[in-house]
Amino acid sequence: MNRPPVVIIGSGLAGYTVAREFRKLDGEAPLVMLSSDHGGFYSKPMLSNAFAQKKDADALLGKSSVQMAEELKLDIRAHVKVTAIDVTLKQVVVNGETVPYSKLVLAMGADPIRLPLQGDGADAVLSVNDHADYRRFREAIEGKKNIAILGAGLIGCEFANDLVGAGYNVHVIDLAPQPLGRLLPPASAAFIQRKLEAAGVVFHLGTTTQQVERAGEGFSMMLANGETIAADVVLSAVGLRPRNTLAEAAGIKVNRGIVVNVSLQTSDENVYALGDCAEVEGRVLPFVMPIMQAARALAPTLAGNATQVRYPAMPVVVKTPACPAVVSPPDMGAQGEWQVEELEDGIRALFHSAEGKLLGFALLGTVTAEKNALAAQLPPVME
Amino acid sequence: MKVWKCIVCGYVYDETAGDPKEGIPAGTRWADVPESWACPECGVAKADFEMVEI
Repeated sequence: MNRPPVVIIGSGLAGYTVAREFRKLDGEAPLVMLSSDHGGFYSKPMLSNAFAQKKDADALLGKSSVQMAEELKLDIRAHVKVTAIDVTLKQVVVNGETVPYSKLVLAMGADPIRLPLQGDGADAVLSVNDHADYRRFREAIEGKKNIAILGAGLIGCEFANDLVGAGYNVHVIDLAPQPLGRLLPPASAAFIQRKLEAAGVVFHLGTTTQQVERAGEGFSMMLANGETIAADVVLSAVGLRPRNTLAEAAGIKVNRGIVVNVSLQTSDENVYALGDCAEVEGRVLPFVMPIMQAARALAPTLAGNATQVRYPAMPVVVKTPACPAVVSPPDMGAQGEWQVEELEDGIRALFHSAEGKLLGFALLGTVTAEKNALAAQLPPVME
Repeated sequence: MKVWKCIVCGYVYDETAGDPKEGIPAGTRWADVPESWACPECGVAKADFEMVEI
């Protein structure tokens, strides 16, 4: 018996969920996981609300790679670098050695986008996209007071809320006129902005950071609108770019992410992709629920029972305790209009088509309790 | 009464406390939580919870 293993590149939520689901179906087939970090399993969603959960970097690590290897009968190779994929020979090059595969799963995640910034402090701007990043960030802010966050999207707002809750002064800078501009209609965005401001977050919107200069122990940031902000630590949270260069170099089709069909299969029949690196039928959805759906479909496929992924409506919870929020954005290209209803301590925004069909929602404050009832009325994102 | 934990985000469902905000009364056994229920923290399905000993 010399069947090559199923090889998974990446040990994040996508990689581990595939491994876990696969093991439920096949307890014996060899499974190899290649990780560029320590390979332990941690809760990524909690990186942006760890203070509220009273957790430090150590506490966020759920299980070490050794525990995971034992639990899932996995051969985990931690701190390794995959430099090439050879789809013809069905092997990957890892730290200079070749590892053969029967099926290959790309679960490599995404890289934080870096804004082009001027100044001698630009290279010291941090981003948090994995457990090791979070450890570095916590060390950097230990004993400090002023944090500047680039980006007022989901991750920027979650970090801002978590950090003001922990006693930090937080400035958030974004080119958009409102926070969470891609997820919320204007009235809802204004509502969450007020709540976050009341909690202590200072927004600098409609402007960009041009320069980050070192100033003493910290930084001086110059904005396009002429403002200057002093910060001890600068955190960038302006979005993610799917990691697709390895696949592209192997001749696998990529667009924004690694292009896959509804079976999560790339342009090479033995290579699959899911999670933040994948573009499923045109959609890059870097959220937890799409990953879980994809992993549950991919596992049976890898075990020999071809299965297509189905995306139900997948509401995203924004972890901002100052303003509880849950959003189910209309699918790309959906035609319709937001109807916004302001309530005493919340705001209900519903996105309807011209025919009156509910296609999305954004619930803030008290009305977040309506999430399940409304989600049940939404069409699936992808059938 | 038992306690269940989300493997993704660490959210804890305590049968004693239930999840009244999501319409699950206190004292609801895990087996009786509807399959449509999702983790209030990260949105994953009920299947992605595991029992924890306390």
